[in-house]
Amino acid sequence: MPRTLYDKLWDEHHVSKLDSGESLLYIDRHFIHEVTSPQAFEGLQKKNIKPWRLEANIATPDHNVPTERGDAFSTQHIDDEISRIQVVELDKNCNKFGIKQFDISSSHQGIVHVIGPELGYTIPGMTIVCGDSHTSTHGAFGCLAMGIGTSEVEHVLATQTLKISKLKNMNVVFNGSTMPGVTSKDIILYLIKKIGTAGGNGHAIEFSGNYIESISMEARMTICNMAIEAGAKVGLVAPDETTIEYVKRHTFLDEQNLNNAIDYWHNLKSDTDALFDKEIVIDVSKIKPQVTWGTSPEMAIDYDELIPSNDSKNLMLARDYMGIDNSQKLSDLQFDKVFIGSCTNSRIEDLRDAAKVVDGKKVSSSIKEAIVVPGSGTVKSIAESEGLDIIFKEAGFIWRDPGCSMCLGMNPDQLEPYERCASTSNRNFEGRQGNLGRTHLMSPAMAAYVAVNGTVGDLS
Amino acid sequence: MTNINSIKGIVASIDRDNIDTDQIIPTEYLKSIKKFGFGEYLFDGWRFHDQGKLGMSIDQRDLNHDFILNKETYANSSVLLTRDNFGCGSSREHAVWALRDFGIKAVIASSFGDIFYNNCFKNGVLPIVLNKDQIQDLFLQYENSGSDMAINLETKLIDTGNNQISFNVDDNLLERIIYGLDDVDITLKHKDLIKRFEEERMKAKPWIFAHD
Repeated sequence: MPRTLYDKLWDEHHVSKLDSGESLLYIDRHFIHEVTSPQAFEGLQKKNIKPWRLEANIATPDHNVPTERGDAFSTQHIDDEISRIQVVELDKNCNKFGIKQFDISSSHQGIVHVIGPELGYTIPGMTIVCGDSHTSTHGAFGCLAMGIGTSEVEHVLATQTLKISKLKNMNVVFNGSTMPGVTSKDIILYLIKKIGTAGGNGHAIEFSGNYIESISMEARMTICNMAIEAGAKVGLVAPDETTIEYVKRHTFLDEQNLNNAIDYWHNLKSDTDALFDKEIVIDVSKIKPQVTWGTSPEMAIDYDELIPSNDSKNLMLARDYMGIDNSQKLSDLQFDKVFIGSCTNSRIEDLRDAAKVVDGKKVSSSIKEAIVVPGSGTVKSIAESEGLDIIFKEAGFIWRDPGCSMCLGMNPDQLEPYERCASTSNRNFEGRQGNLGRTHLMSPAMAAYVAVNGTVGDLS
Repeated sequence: MTNINSIKGIVASIDRDNIDTDQIIPTEYLKSIKKFGFGEYLFDGWRFHDQGKLGMSIDQRDLNHDFILNKETYANSSVLLTRDNFGCGSSREHAVWALRDFGIKAVIASSFGDIFYNNCFKNGVLPIVLNKDQIQDLFLQYENSGSDMAINLETKLIDTGNNQISFNVDDNLLERIIYGLDDVDITLKHKDLIKRFEEERMKAKPWIFAHD
């Protein structure tokens, strides 16, 4: 029977069908950060269990870390006591159990979904989990990757398996080539607008089509990252030559292992006649840059479109929260802050995109603060070697140290009440970037445009 | 541990789609390293006018008296009624912990975020999916009424006093709530199976197990 990529990954990792009807699925890689792991480690200790396979686990602190650290910064230097306790707890747990950690002082520390692929821990064909919904990012490598809750973090540490039921299959086919100024962020926001934030519930989404084949691994990661914003905890792209080239540049595998793996990856794709429960075909050539106006990622519009003014309760609540009057366009709004970063858009390609727009220009006087937060120490040093930091700094941006930063209000980078932010992150939920803050999601290029011009506009 | 066969209590309703886990428990409170103590911060952004911090208690806060859970009638609600895609977004299990700690034992919605739905069963909170018409009928009956309902976990029936509504939920997931089962203990009974699978995989795909 023909199978989808998801079916194949599922079968490949299927340990056993349980009497309950659920399955035990073997987990190859487990990424850990400081926020969703302490209670899981505590659970292990209470049960007196050791992690099943230590090498499967890779940890780094990202959510709580301040992004103005400079040199010789250690966990003890975190000002916020509660944040510090959480990062210290990760240090302690990793030391106690012997789990490999890129700690706050490591030159490789960064957002867990950025460092996994770039340090070679994300290997095509793996099952990957993390107590973080944006684990779907790793699906860009043809991995069955998904976010899990803390109880499941404990379960994976203890048993190297997840006890779950199979998802349905959805195929999203993106064909065509994009207009100037349109990036993978616009494409995924467009999809979320079309199918809604519940559109992918219960499904693993495979992204395919000649547009997907044409784009880089960074761009594919942006798309898979936000599969969860379309309701799908799993996003997938079949490995191809682009994938293999990326992995070759980032791997620690020896030649024999790598060559054997590559042979396997060549077959890791959906059969041509595989059946999907749902299929959506989208022509990307007509998609304009997308920007969200409301408090759900599905509330996205073309950057030059009128903000919806209908009277549904959900839309009224969103307009009210966002401080939007009737008959306004996004370009009527004045922005206060610009945030370029997050596990969606903090990779080197994202910073290059933004730097191109900024080069030789100045941050608008109406913008209170514009920050660039590289996704990892590795990204930061590559960007600096290309002089991107200079471009940003000369324009008036602040160049920060790696972390989740202003994607979520958990570290010092937060919006003040009612501040309006052009953000390259993934969630525009109420209060996401700080109490009463107003978030507009967009691509790095558009966020850079806002920094320079004070509001959104034509990138072409 | 005694079995939980039924849930009975006041129904609080929030008439919104897509209530994400950031609304259920804002990120600030995820700094806790504990598994309990989140009830005071449930729906924090809607329940209070001020910005809270982990460790603050309710009497230090500026209450939004218009928010349903701040009204005396609903202060001890056991059931939450809402609309589409409840619990979408972040995987934080803290969202379920906050509902549980507040005293919510069941959430009724027309759909749920996948990760949230899973997390519920690990913490004794029952998510019930009904179709949109049934949800609308329940809103008509319960919005502002302050009345209660009884949910029978064995017969999978909701008794509203006016009528009975049946719901579907996977028996195995439901059993976790009824018996308060712990998945780790259950799975470790299959330790040998997992070991054997792992050894086979190590032989077939050694690169998965390589490390630097």
